[in-house]
Amino acid sequence: MAMIDISVKILRYQPEKDEKPHWQVFPLTVEDEFTILDVLNEIHWKHDGTLAYRRSCRSSICGSCAMKVNGRNVLACETPIHRFGKKLKIEPLSGFDIIKDLAVDLEPFFAKLKRIRPYLILDKPLPDKEFVQSPGQLEAIGESTLCILCAACSASCPSSWPNQDYLGPAALLKAYRFIFDSRDDGADQRLEIVNDKNGIWRCHTIFNCMEACPKKIKITEYLSRLKVKVVENSL
Amino acid sequence: MKIDEARNYHKIDAVIVGAGLAGLRAALEVAKSGLSAAVISKVYPTRSHSGGAQGGIAAALANAGEDSLESHMFDTIKGSDYLADQDIIERFVNEALKTVYEFEHMGVPFSRTDDGRINQRPFGGHSSPRACFAQDITGHVLLHTLYEQCLQHNVLFFNEFQVLSLLVSDDVSRGLVAWDIREGGLHIFHARAVLLATGGYGRAWKVTSNAHANTGDGVALVLEAGLPLEDMEFVQFHPTGLYKHGILLSEAARGEGAYIINDKGERFMKTYAAAKMELAPRDIVSRSEQTEINEGRGIGGKDYVYLDLRHLGRKKIVERLPQIHDLALNYLKVDAIDEPVPIQPTAHYSMGGIPANVRTEVIKDAKGTVVKGLYTAGETSCLSLHGANRLGCNSLQDAATFGRIAGIHMTEFCRKNAFSQLPAKPLAVAQGKIDRLWQGQGKERHAPIREELQVNMTKYMGVFRNQDDMLKMLAIIKELQERCRQVTVDDRGGVFNLDLIEALELENLLSFSEVIVEGALARKESRGAHFRSDFPKRNDGEWLKHTLAWRRDGKIALDFSKAVVIYPQYQPQERKY
Repeated sequence: MAMIDISVKILRYQPEKDEKPHWQVFPLTVEDEFTILDVLNEIHWKHDGTLAYRRSCRSSICGSCAMKVNGRNVLACETPIHRFGKKLKIEPLSGFDIIKDLAVDLEPFFAKLKRIRPYLILDKPLPDKEFVQSPGQLEAIGESTLCILCAACSASCPSSWPNQDYLGPAALLKAYRFIFDSRDDGADQRLEIVNDKNGIWRCHTIFNCMEACPKKIKITEYLSRLKVKVVENSL
Repeated sequence: MKIDEARNYHKIDAVIVGAGLAGLRAALEVAKSGLSAAVISKVYPTRSHSGGAQGGIAAALANAGEDSLESHMFDTIKGSDYLADQDIIERFVNEALKTVYEFEHMGVPFSRTDDGRINQRPFGGHSSPRACFAQDITGHVLLHTLYEQCLQHNVLFFNEFQVLSLLVSDDVSRGLVAWDIREGGLHIFHARAVLLATGGYGRAWKVTSNAHANTGDGVALVLEAGLPLEDMEFVQFHPTGLYKHGILLSEAARGEGAYIINDKGERFMKTYAAAKMELAPRDIVSRSEQTEINEGRGIGGKDYVYLDLRHLGRKKIVERLPQIHDLALNYLKVDAIDEPVPIQPTAHYSMGGIPANVRTEVIKDAKGTVVKGLYTAGETSCLSLHGANRLGCNSLQDAATFGRIAGIHMTEFCRKNAFSQLPAKPLAVAQGKIDRLWQGQGKERHAPIREELQVNMTKYMGVFRNQDDMLKMLAIIKELQERCRQVTVDDRGGVFNLDLIEALELENLLSFSEVIVEGALARKESRGAHFRSDFPKRNDGEWLKHTLAWRRDGKIALDFSKAVVIYPQYQPQERKY
C-alpha cells in the first residue's frame, strides 16, 4: 500500500441552493488500493459532509452505488481507482433526474419493473413439494436472476435517454427472466406488454447495457431472444 | 391543523420497519389478508442486506442425503451452545420446509439436483446437506422474489425513510415517526401493529461483513423507548471475511470443500475440530483462526490465513461459487482458481436483539410481559433461536419463517384491535434529534467518532475478550457518547442529507455498543461466540440464561431469564465437533 495524490472532479447539485449542476474538484491524498466508494467516503467524512450518494453493502450485491466514472457506469464499491489513473470524473447515472449530487430519482426505474408483472404467474395447482425444474431449464434463466437492479444498464442505453416511456433493459431482462422460467404460465400477458414500440422493439441492439452491467449479464442476447419469442408467439 | 389531517400523517394497519427478508415476508402476509401494510426502509428494498447472504437457507428437505427435523433441531441447539430456547427451535424446524417450498412456488431460482429438485449443500454445524441454495446468491434471489411478490400484492413502500422514534407508551405501540430522506421532513405513521425488522448491528466494528445500513437502528430505538434488549453480547465473527475489507466470502466455499490453511500450509482445523474440520460452527472456526494468527502461524506471520479453493477446480468454482470468485478478484486481485484467498474473522451476525416470544410479540421483562401491538423478526430480534452462536443458513430461514409468523399474528391483532391513541406531541422526540444536529453549537463531527468506536470494538470486543479490554472499551464508549452530544452536521438541507443520517446512526451505534460491553462484562463464562480468556469455560450452573438490558437513568441495568430447555434428550452437554 502506498499513498498517492489524485484529483477528483464531481458533478455537484444541491437542489436547495444550486440552479443547475456544476463541477467541483477535490484534490486528495489516498491509498492506492482505494475504491471509488472509499474516495467518496473520504470526501464525505473528512472534507465535505454535504456530498450525497447512495451506498450500502460495499460488496457488489445491493446495487446502490451505480454511477458514472470517467464516462463508464460502474458500481463505486467494487471499482478500484487504479482502473482510471489519477484523475477521476464522477457523475450521476445519465437519463434520470438528479435528486442531489450523485443520487438520482429511481422511482421511474422501479415503476417500469412493476409494469412487466415481475412475479410467477401460475395456472396450475401448486405441488405438495417443489415444482420440478431441470438444471437445463434453470440454465435458461440462471444468469438473468443475477440482476441487482442497479440501473447501470438503463442509464447507458441511448434508446432510454430521450424516451422516458421505454421499459429499458432492466425491466425487459426481468420480463425475459419470467417468460423463460419453465414454471411460469404468464408468458402471453407479458409478451403483450413488451410487444410495443416502447417495449422490446425500442431495443436497437446497441450493446451498451451489456458493457455497463457490473454482473456481466449478456442482456442484449436475452433481449434478442425475447424479440424472437414475441415474433414466434404472434405467428 | 390537527395532526391527523397533516400531509405527513399516515394511518396504516401494519407498519413494518425494514425491507429485508423478515420485513418483506411479514408485509406480504398482511397485504394478502386485505389489510393495509406499509414497509418503511432506509434503502430501496432490494438493497437490504438479506441480499448479501450467499450460501443457502436451511431446511431438512432431504433432497441430497438423509435428514430429519430432529436432526435440524439438535444441530441448532448444539450450535447455539445450548443457550437457544428449545420451544422456538421446535417451531422453527417445523415451519422451515413450508417456508422453502413456498419460496419455490413464488419462483425462486433454486439450484437443482439432476432430477429437478431443490439442491442442497453441506454447511457448518449441520449434520446433513441442508442448505438449499441458488449458486452463491441465495439471499439475493430470495430478497428480489419477495420484493416482487410485495409489488404484486400492493404493499405500500416508503423507500428511503429513517425511523427516528417509536411511539410506545403504557406498554402499547401506537406507531412511529420517520424522516423522509429524499425530501426531508418528519412523517407520522399511525399503526395498529408495528414490526421491527431492521437487521443486524455489525457496523459497530471496523472489520465487518455488514452493509453501511446495518447500524442497529431498531435495537437502539427499543432501548430508547425504555424496553430491554436480549443477549447483545453474542456477536458472531465469520471466519472467512475477505482480508482487510471484512467482506463476506460464503461458508458455501467450505460447504463445497474448500480448506483453510495456515502459514505452514496445514489444515489447522484438525487440531480444533477433527471430525468436522472446516465445517465446524463459525464460532469455533473463527477462534481457531485467531489462535493460529495470535501464535504466529498467520500467513507470513501476519493477521490472516488462507481460504484455499484451488483443488475444487475451475468448473465448480465458476458454477457454484461465482460471487466468491468475483469478490476475491475485484477486491484483492486474487484469482481463487489459481491462488489461495487471504481471510480473517469479520463481525457478521447479531445473535442478540429485541426480545420476543414465539408469536414474535416484543416482550418487556423476564416474565415475558407483552408490549401490545409491537412485533419483531429477523436478525434484529432475539427469540432466542440462535442462542450463543448461529449456524450458517439458519438466518435466512429465521428471517423468512418468523417474518411469516409475524405477519400472521399482526394480521390477527389488527383485526381485533382499534388504532391506539397517539401521544400529545408525537413529533417531539424525533424533532429534538434533528434540531440538536442542526442547531447545536458543538464542533464535533460524526465520522471520527464512529471510526474510533469501530477500531476499538474490533480491537477489544472481538473473537477473544477479557475484563481489562472490556473495561477499556466501556470507558471509550462513555467518552465517545459525551463527544457525540457535541456533534453537528455540515449539511443543513432537507433533501438527501446523508450527513444527518450518519450522525443519527452514530447515536444508535454508541447506544447499543454500551449494552454489548456491559452484557459481556457481566457474563463471566465462555459460550458460543462470546469467549473470555479470563473465564474460558462454559458455566451452565450460573449462566444457562439470557441477558436482558435496559437503559435506566443513563446506566445499563441487567436482568436475566432462564434458557428454555424442554427436551430431556437435549440437555446441555460438552460441545465437540
